[in-house]
Amino acid sequence: MAASQNKTTITAEPGVPQILITREFAASPALLLRAHTEPDLLVQWLGPRNQTMVIDHFEPRNGGTWRYVHREADGMEYGFRGVFHGTPSLDGIVQTFEFEGAPGNVALETLTFEAQGDRTVLHANSVYQTVEARDALIEYGMEVGVNEGYERLDELIAGMESVG
Amino acid sequence: MSGDHLSTVFGALADPTRRAILARLTQGDANVGELAAPFAVSQPAISRHLKVLEGAGLISRTRRATARLSHLEAEPLREATAWLAAYQAYWDERYTRLDGLLAALQGDSDPPG
Repeated sequence: MAASQNKTTITAEPGVPQILITREFAASPALLLRAHTEPDLLVQWLGPRNQTMVIDHFEPRNGGTWRYVHREADGMEYGFRGVFHGTPSLDGIVQTFEFEGAPGNVALETLTFEAQGDRTVLHANSVYQTVEARDALIEYGMEVGVNEGYERLDELIAGMESVG
Repeated sequence: MSGDHLSTVFGALADPTRRAILARLTQGDANVGELAAPFAVSQPAISRHLKVLEGAGLISRTRRATARLSHLEAEPLREATAWLAAYQAYWDERYTRLDGLLAALQGDSDPPG
């Protein structure tokens, strides 16, 4: 099943513990790599709206670890951590990803940067241990997404209903 | 839709034969013989698939004269699609912010004039 709006395409096949995200950016692969590996840049875009993203540590090198938290206004924190496998480069980023609220449910994420002229297509491939673990993470994202964008969601659903 | 129900819906959708049955039902109600015709499987096997789809709320079945007709129920599919759309909204919001950051970075590195 795939849904697309603007340029973000998310594919989550039923029964397969994987999520594929594709998104085109008006930037070079090198700049996109910087936005994913420089902590002061990462905090400017990765955190959910209405939450503060705080990086505990971030070591973008082979075997380096990272940890950050998303902090809500009421002080509630959601922690995430992982390990880089191989040094992040223009060839891509390979890392593990774990939500501390569900310890042991570790995903393997592979990000690649496909140059297309002066633009770059980002491919994010996340593989989970089980379909249930994948769906739980999507539900977390859905809750945040719903809180952030009811209007956009309504537009999306309206568009899909007109297709279906 | 609860997570458990959503799991049931996705479980039902995980089988290619069941997805093909749903696709067939978008064209109109059908009995088990009509649904089995395109597949190299027995009618009892199709009946088992129909039970799974019915359990997930994806179809309903009615008796008309001697025929038992299957009918596509669109609501669980719509909810499953909305579920994914919300996850997409989550990433879309982030990537829109990243667009702005990348534009700002390029502005910084471009030579003046």
